[in-house]
Amino acid sequence: MTIATARRRHALDLDDFTPEEIEEILDTAESMKEVLSREIKQVPTLRGRTVVNMFYEESTRTRISFELAARALSANVVSFTARGSSVEKGESLIDTVRTLQALGADMVVIRHNQSGAPHLVARHFAGGVINAGDGRHAHPTQALLDLLTIREHLGQIRGLKVVIVGDILHSRVARSNLWGLTRLGAEVTLCAPPTLLGPAAYWTATWPQVKISYKVDEAIAGADVVMALRLQKERMQAGLLPSLREYSRAYAITPERLARLGEKTLIMHPGPMNEGVEIWPEVVTAPNTVIDEQVTNGVAVRMALLYRLAG
Amino acid sequence: MTDRKQILTADDIRRALVRIAHEIDERNGGLHDVILIGIRERGAPLAERIAAAIADFEGVRVPVGQLDITLYRDDLRTRGPSARVRKTLIQHDVTDRVVVLVDDVLYTGRTVRAALDAIADLGRPARIQLAVLVDRGHRELPIRADFVGKNVPTSRSERVEVHLRESDGVDQVLISRPA
Repeated sequence: MTIATARRRHALDLDDFTPEEIEEILDTAESMKEVLSREIKQVPTLRGRTVVNMFYEESTRTRISFELAARALSANVVSFTARGSSVEKGESLIDTVRTLQALGADMVVIRHNQSGAPHLVARHFAGGVINAGDGRHAHPTQALLDLLTIREHLGQIRGLKVVIVGDILHSRVARSNLWGLTRLGAEVTLCAPPTLLGPAAYWTATWPQVKISYKVDEAIAGADVVMALRLQKERMQAGLLPSLREYSRAYAITPERLARLGEKTLIMHPGPMNEGVEIWPEVVTAPNTVIDEQVTNGVAVRMALLYRLAG
Repeated sequence: MTDRKQILTADDIRRALVRIAHEIDERNGGLHDVILIGIRERGAPLAERIAAAIADFEGVRVPVGQLDITLYRDDLRTRGPSARVRKTLIQHDVTDRVVVLVDDVLYTGRTVRAALDAIADLGRPARIQLAVLVDRGHRELPIRADFVGKNVPTSRSERVEVHLRESDGVDQVLISRPA
């Protein structure tokens, strides 16, 4: 059966993905999971291609996940971090990309603390570019792995009530998930203290259907999925929060809140977690918490995307 | 307008598959090590039907699997990711078994080449054999079928279309020529 949607060169955010293309990638990811379940977790699909992981910001799971995904498809993989590269000598991003192109890179995966860096790279690189997280802007592969995890557990995304709790204002995970979840027909509620959410109109201008809440107990009542976001400790220094304890009391996913949700609500977190701040250790190990599955699904989703961009 | 002609009826397909089922039994001196693996999409229902035919005359149910070869294709660079990746579903270990690959049409042999690579990644069968409903010739690789429903001489400009109940609502094989 042929692929229904048009060829794609880059994956910079989910805003230019149709619902059909997202579903197609999730279907492909499920097939990739079968490959990952084999004794020999490798297929020859991208043999002879070179994928370069450019990580300008620290990352464990995303970088390893992209490396494993590219290797499982038999690509040559080179990863570099800003430390120890010519970046330290002041080489610009554009120069670095030109160098990678001259070295024969076919695809680039980039993580950068500046929003828009992957878009800049895409304009100066002949091959495919995948955004592995840029500033506060986008993290499309995280959103795809979240969608896959939800779909596996709950069957479909349409009609689900999904609540994202935490530092939404600074979160690229929240933004990409908003695109993915709303495209597939979920009902999304954003919940955070006003200082970490901003004015409701800021969100509804782009996603008119989204609901805004400042009270976590009201927001999560009846939710199918609760997604907790990492609270960056810098936010406290910036004066956005009175104290971590205060934040925890008002917004953390605690065992008490978990008990009120029931056993069918999925609890998710993109990691890395601050246990005891936005999520309690007892919640992390609860049966309806799927954080480890999110990590596992990340490899399959990234394989699906690398395949989609190859050609 | 294209000129289409039916070359196999539903009854022809049924008889061909029953004959292949008997031949698999004879060639292997029994069926206890045999596993049928259909190449997706249309090889998969054909493998199921051969297994059903075997169950009819032998009373044993041979294992059946489905193989997707998309990730093993050799034309990704030229054609791009044009095919959907479907799931490979093989519950049984293929090591030391007689794997009979089943496909609808044998043409260039490139699909079978990909399938052989895919099977090798799953284990080390004692033997691999190939059963096809239609062999239309024009091989580009040194591959031949062990069991053939019908040999159909074709030209490269012709198309062979296999329609099966499971995917197309009707059983028939058509050959069409561009006008």
